[in-house]
Amino acid sequence: MSAVRLRLDGIQKSFGATRALKRVSLEIAPGEVHALIGENGAGKSTLMKVLSGAHRADAGTMQLSDVAYEPENPHDARLKGVAMIYQELNLALHLSAQENILLGAESMRLGWVDGRSSRVRAQAALAQLGHEGLDLDRAAGEFSIAEQQIIEIARALLIQPQVLIMDEPTSSLTQADTEKLFATIQRLRRQGVSVIYISHFLEECRQIADRYTVLKDGETVGSGFMSEASLDHLVTLMTGREVKDLYPRTAHAPGAVVLEVKAAASEPRLKRATLQIRAGEVFGLGGLIGAGRTDLLRAIFGLDELASGEVCVLGAPASVNGPRERWLQGIGFLSENRKEEGLMLNQSIADNLTLTKMNRLGRWGWINGPRQRAVAQRWVEELRVKCQDSGQTIGQLSGGNQQKVALARLLEHPARIFLLDEPTRGIDVGSKAQIYQLVSELAAAGKAVVVVSSYLPELLGLCDTIGVMCRGELLAVRPRGDWTEAEIMRVATGSAG
Amino acid sequence: MKAVLKKSLAKGGPFIGLILVIVLFSIPTETREFFLTYNNFKIIFTQTVIVAIGALGMTMIIVSGGIDLSVGSSIALTSVTGAMLIQRGWAPLPVLLATVGTGALIGLLNGAAIAGLRMTPFIITLGSLGVARGTAKWMADNQTVNYDTSPINGWMTTADPFSRALPTGVWVALGLAMLTALVLRNTVFGRHIFALGSNEATARLCGIATTRLKITIYTLAGAFFGLAGLFQLSRLRQGDPTVAVGLELDIIASVIIGGASLNGGVGTILGSMIGALIMAVLRNGSQQMGWPTYFQEIIIGLVIIVAVFLDRLRQGRQT
Repeated sequence: MSAVRLRLDGIQKSFGATRALKRVSLEIAPGEVHALIGENGAGKSTLMKVLSGAHRADAGTMQLSDVAYEPENPHDARLKGVAMIYQELNLALHLSAQENILLGAESMRLGWVDGRSSRVRAQAALAQLGHEGLDLDRAAGEFSIAEQQIIEIARALLIQPQVLIMDEPTSSLTQADTEKLFATIQRLRRQGVSVIYISHFLEECRQIADRYTVLKDGETVGSGFMSEASLDHLVTLMTGREVKDLYPRTAHAPGAVVLEVKAAASEPRLKRATLQIRAGEVFGLGGLIGAGRTDLLRAIFGLDELASGEVCVLGAPASVNGPRERWLQGIGFLSENRKEEGLMLNQSIADNLTLTKMNRLGRWGWINGPRQRAVAQRWVEELRVKCQDSGQTIGQLSGGNQQKVALARLLEHPARIFLLDEPTRGIDVGSKAQIYQLVSELAAAGKAVVVVSSYLPELLGLCDTIGVMCRGELLAVRPRGDWTEAEIMRVATGSAG
Repeated sequence: MKAVLKKSLAKGGPFIGLILVIVLFSIPTETREFFLTYNNFKIIFTQTVIVAIGALGMTMIIVSGGIDLSVGSSIALTSVTGAMLIQRGWAPLPVLLATVGTGALIGLLNGAAIAGLRMTPFIITLGSLGVARGTAKWMADNQTVNYDTSPINGWMTTADPFSRALPTGVWVALGLAMLTALVLRNTVFGRHIFALGSNEATARLCGIATTRLKITIYTLAGAFFGLAGLFQLSRLRQGDPTVAVGLELDIIASVIIGGASLNGGVGTILGSMIGALIMAVLRNGSQQMGWPTYFQEIIIGLVIIVAVFLDRLRQGRQT
């Protein structure tokens, strides 16, 4: 048998003008656990989609056990021996564990499912994982997340994979379940299965992986033996990039505390967050995706119910909790999800922009149409939104222009406290620079701005104070000067101290 | 120029459809003489009234992203209610208020169940379809409810059938259509309905009281359905608990043919009214052609599919 199970060489993949993968190489030995590390947007997901057959590479070669490997689609990849466990589990929750394990690979006899042989194969897969005790007849939805993951891995094992890819497998597991999962991975590894382990949690990677590869901006920037790599080295590889001069440095003079959150918690993710935000301050929230940053903003805004803790606006506890009350208190929220939550895509720019204050655009419930259009037109011009006129359907605009309108809703309301969730996600650089400028001006004018961002240079460039979250907890709040990219990553990945 | 043409085509789609069906029925020798006369259109308008008033309420509901399957049953229940009150000697105005109120009450219950229990409108109104129909039959003791006479009987006809005047019902439908169109376009309530249907998450995020809004929409639509029930009573001159079975489908079809989207956020009163007219013209024309009813059903079924398909093509090209 060859010493190399999987070899990728010079893999490239572009989507339109975006080069998601520029030049990625990777080598994995049989029975090796290989950690794939990189920041959000470094190209890990794209690479895994290429590997599992969901995307085709534009250039480069892949070899599986010294044979050219060119999967047509995920099913083909699976048949060739590459199986993938996604972060979001793919189970049919109403079907039994056995049916889930055998899904798409049922034992058939004359077109009927062969129950006895199915049972034997499902049991064998579970035995391979050391989980013989799992009740095969129970519906998948009745199992815990950790057990569901086992079912999913058992399904992958059914076809005797050579390479098993696991994407963020521990993101929703407890510490104890993580340990159990690691035992399962060790077991698979002894059986000669190669595992590609993708995780943001560097400590975990160091614990489970033999070797690592770091991706940054679609390129392989480093690889080696885990035992020889320090955490600092990995973090430097992941984040080592220059900060461009995108960020305006206006002097902000923080004033009185306008928003205070005391030990807030909400289902399912937010465990504990305490913070104070002052007028004229830009407060950054850093952390990994799923660390609870969005949950914190939603809890503050009353979109999620607080399980415990308190939110105080302008010194007074906010007893009535709902978006309606928050807008009245002068708090505005910009959703990270423009398409699904932030905007009404098939309505006009004017309607989207004035939705929070329509009853102030006329009398007796009637809307003064010319006035509504004039209000919208003013922002369209001020923010240089590229469109025909304010009556145009917003879905026809580019992402950056949509985002400007979404922000204009808060400006027009007008809000005093801005909660901005990933305000620059998926928009062009020009619009980004404009939004940075705007945030800075708002703070200079005495507004309080909270910015959630996964992009570290943005946090460091824009914010006066930065808080970093990890696994639902706001761990550290410090002035900008006390943070570096590496330090933020260390706290965010739970590797601090 | 091209954009203007495209826009007018997009807005005028249902209208072109209406002209098309009218032209098609004007050509054959069987219908040529009578079809294009004023008197025939008077009949068509009168036949449209019930579906049109129902479609006003249904447009609001569909634009808000909902659906109401209980309309036919609501019409039966409210018309039985009206007939029983006339039997007891009630005057027309109280009868009008009572039937409209009964419709609004059914709508309120629908809306409260949908918004309060967070259940899908399809399921809730499928249930109330049965409940309302059963209640109507129960109240009427499974028979028609007859009464001597009432001024209400004259609301769907004119004293002289050959006069140029149009019956009250047509004017009421027309007036309400204009009012509803204005409300949907130019009031906070109307724009909030579009917001709710276009993206409920955005509506919530922007502080719209979505629960209360939904209940209001279904209640108001219910009032329209009650009024449609009253005109049903006026047309039959008796309360019939088995009337208007399946009428909800005609009403929904009118709204959809008129360009509304079942996904919500899209739809106009003008479109829905034209949709209702298309349905009425199809029925009227088919009858004059002497086609059997099953053939009419097939034709109308196909028209709905074609209309929605064309609409999707048009929208696909827009974006």
